[in-house]
Amino acid sequence: MGVMTLAQALNSALDMALDDPTVVLMGEDIGTTGGVFRITDGLARKHGSERVVDTPVAESGIVGAAFGMAIAGLRPIVEMQFMGFSYPAYDQVISHVARIRSRSRHRFTAPMVIRLPYGAGIGASEHHSESTEAIYAHIPGLKVVVASTPENAKGLLLAAVDDPDPVIFLEPIRAYRAARGEVPDGRYVTPIGAGMLELRGSDISLISYGAMMRETMEAAHRLVADGVSVEVIDLRSLVPLDADMVVASVRKTGRAVVIHEAPLTGGYGAEIVALIQERALYSLRAPVQRVTGWDVTVPLRLAEHHYLPSAGRIVAAARSVLEA
Amino acid sequence: MRLEPRQVLAADGTVIDGREPDVSRMVARYAAMTEARLYDRKASALQRQGRLATYAPYEGQEASQVGAVAPLAEEDWLVASYRDAAAMRFHGYPWQNLLLTRMGDERGGHPPEGVNVTPPSITVGGHMIHAVGIAWAEKIKGTGAVALTMFGDGATSEGDFHEAMNFAGVYGTPTVFFCQNNGWAISMPRSRQTASATIAQKAEAYGLPGVLVDGNDVLAVEEVVAEAVDRARAGEGATLIEALTYRVRGHTTADDDRRYRAREDAAGWLGKDPLERVRLWLERQGAWDEDVQSGLESQASGLIEAALAEAEAVVSFSAGEIFDAMYEEPTGPLETQRRRAERSTRWA
Repeated sequence: MGVMTLAQALNSALDMALDDPTVVLMGEDIGTTGGVFRITDGLARKHGSERVVDTPVAESGIVGAAFGMAIAGLRPIVEMQFMGFSYPAYDQVISHVARIRSRSRHRFTAPMVIRLPYGAGIGASEHHSESTEAIYAHIPGLKVVVASTPENAKGLLLAAVDDPDPVIFLEPIRAYRAARGEVPDGRYVTPIGAGMLELRGSDISLISYGAMMRETMEAAHRLVADGVSVEVIDLRSLVPLDADMVVASVRKTGRAVVIHEAPLTGGYGAEIVALIQERALYSLRAPVQRVTGWDVTVPLRLAEHHYLPSAGRIVAAARSVLEA
Repeated sequence: MRLEPRQVLAADGTVIDGREPDVSRMVARYAAMTEARLYDRKASALQRQGRLATYAPYEGQEASQVGAVAPLAEEDWLVASYRDAAAMRFHGYPWQNLLLTRMGDERGGHPPEGVNVTPPSITVGGHMIHAVGIAWAEKIKGTGAVALTMFGDGATSEGDFHEAMNFAGVYGTPTVFFCQNNGWAISMPRSRQTASATIAQKAEAYGLPGVLVDGNDVLAVEEVVAEAVDRARAGEGATLIEALTYRVRGHTTADDDRRYRAREDAAGWLGKDPLERVRLWLERQGAWDEDVQSGLESQASGLIEAALAEAEAVVSFSAGEIFDAMYEEPTGPLETQRRRAERSTRWA
């Protein structure tokens, strides 16, 4: 057990993953430089540039080549520099990676991981603050997971590498160095498809994932300080979703707020709200609220604080639900 | 830059440079191309009878397809497109699988174990990079296997072509890029796809050799592919081959090519038929007559009919079975949907 940042935990997980000779890392600037966020720092030196591969600037080519490798028995882990640069590769993901198992009825498979640094809050240039997980969660055949702590970042990444199916792995850029915590030594997996109850309570359920867990937990602590019994769920896995955990929580509390930084319309939160009304409607004592980014292009540095949900917005939404 | 297409067997059935091939090899190629043509016509007929969904005919391209896979070893990979049924068949992908896919059943996409042929790519061009990744994996594993990918002239306009060629060049993957330039991408002639004089010469920009070949000459196709496979296996990297051929029929059975090309467009090509030149050569060797022809045709028909019977005997999926191949282990949410789908058939 040691204290690590989320970035260090990911580096440690990738290092362990490379113990498997079939694992290959691919991405832009991931070798010599260690990646734009240094997540692969030192790995090329340790495991060789044949296995930690610096690629040409061609996202579609990277994912397509990794897909070919996966078909031929390797387990590639691909890094996209930013989620906003993953769209050139979206055709490969949606047209081939997600469907080769179905297309070939299990004869060919794509056990591969696509790592996507995502999210706003670091004052970056345009395209560097995207949170478009819904466009991946919508595609059958993919699994979509979102890390939020150093501990689950390592465990989820090792689970993703072991998974026989393609996993879209979201890494909260804002938490890379801001999130620090205890990380168990050695190899362990955080199961894909299982949410995490971060806080137990009986008055209201706050449901979120990824970078927004920080604001969600802060909001929860403020509410707890005011005497509210708050339950907090970190979904961790969007596909497959731990529906039973969400439903059980809302049946107990009767109130819920769903939080993500992605835009509102068609966002993953809508899926959670739909699930709640399908399976817990008669337990509800107030309409479910969503606290999300707005349906605007993510603002640049000087205005992004208007966009990202804050703990204050979450508390306000929770209050309105509690008082309804 | 000027490239001349490689040719061994001229359209009149004479061998250039006196490189006379082995008779038994020519009989084998002629038999394969005959079977390929019969399948193509049969599949088109089955579509008209409503027994297949849309079909993409390759008539005129038999030499390219048979010749391209002839030099491949069993462990080598073929990553082909929707118009490459003959190439797939002669690298081990059974006719019944090809028919089953065209009938509309995903189980056609599951060739037998050991057959290193991926299901046909329906998207144009997205699959070329897969042959780079597959070949790269084989290189990492040190197996010596190579990957050949087939695509058309239209696919070379996709950005995917650039990325695939570029990766193959940078990493020296054992990949063979085999372009069947059949003159047409649905309604668009080759001249509207690229201002380049040839597609083969594009290889130069990626640091790869580009080869132009008469795609209706099975011997020349086989020769240039064998050279490319040897280079790849020797660790010398990828090759781009452009096979000049012609799509005699429409783009698919849903296409009417009279809307965009004049009958005269085909005139020059019909005299260059890939089967006819081999037949002429065999006849001169005393290895072909009407009896040989009918023997080959009845043997091929027997195979195709047996494959068809096998494909048509497959019982289509139940509602629950469509959930069977999304993940290795079905996920909880998907199992819930499966149960609902199974129940909903009661109200169909």
